[in-house]
Amino acid sequence: MTLFYGTELSSRLMLGTAQYPSPEILADAVRRAGAGVVTVSLRREAAGGRAGQAFWELIRGLDVPVLPNTAGCHTVREAVTTAQMAREVFGTDWIKLEVIGESDTLQPDMFALVEAARILTEDGFRVFPYMTEDLVGAERLLRAGCEVLMPWGAPIGSGKGLNNLFGLRALRAHFPDVPMVVDAGIGVPSHAAQAMELGYDAVLINTAVAKAGNPAEMARAFAMAVEAGRMAYIADPMEERDMAVPSTPVIGQAVL
Amino acid sequence: MQILVNGERHDVRATTLNALLDEMGYDATTRIATAVDGCFVAATRRAGFALHEGAQVEILAPMQGG
Repeated sequence: MTLFYGTELSSRLMLGTAQYPSPEILADAVRRAGAGVVTVSLRREAAGGRAGQAFWELIRGLDVPVLPNTAGCHTVREAVTTAQMAREVFGTDWIKLEVIGESDTLQPDMFALVEAARILTEDGFRVFPYMTEDLVGAERLLRAGCEVLMPWGAPIGSGKGLNNLFGLRALRAHFPDVPMVVDAGIGVPSHAAQAMELGYDAVLINTAVAKAGNPAEMARAFAMAVEAGRMAYIADPMEERDMAVPSTPVIGQAVL
Repeated sequence: MQILVNGERHDVRATTLNALLDEMGYDATTRIATAVDGCFVAATRRAGFALHEGAQVEILAPMQGG
């Protein structure tokens, strides 16, 4: 059992809610994924605008825990203020903390991330930090009060899969008891299965489902991959070898 | 008084954040969060929160996110 700040999720698949062709397709994808969490955000809306309210009612109807994000924030101050606003709007102290440091790759700014995580933890937030697979950064985030880590697989929306297998393995091995989620960069279900086989506790997917030709079917495919990957991890995979080892016994083989 | 609301300049009569939301037509039941000059202002503090000339007000609503 994996607990995220004391809560066991119904599924290890976390799903983003952006970029779907329609609200109906989003709702269908969330249901077919059996998502354990959905991520949400905050944006400007003019007076009289109904988009935010309609979205909020849709999300409430899905009855899935929400994880608000601080997407688009580039400074500690922006991220902290956005988190505080999200806590009031969504009624949760969970926050997916994003502080972007580089705009081509949307790479997290680990220095600002640690500082924002410390401020938010002291203010009672439960922080899910979107981070690089940096061991020292991870240590600092844990010291700042984070009890969950969310390393990237690859840049957001790139669909490249797990770019640094060695780094993700090392992170998992260094902090075996910390719940960890691979967030961002996953493109197809096999990437998600791979993250789960490495021992990650969950994955967070958005673009790979939302931008699929059939988002609801892809959501289901990801759900199956996450389950398969987790099952494989628990079953303890064999070790990789460089040379062939015959699987059929050689003893008793005829000499012809 | 001239203030900025979500990045746009407005000439308003309101002197508090609550009055501004009323003046701009935000429904009291709408789920929004507010910030002034980069700092969060909780819903419970809006009535007594005085605005100043040139204040930068952000009014945010739930939105899709990844």
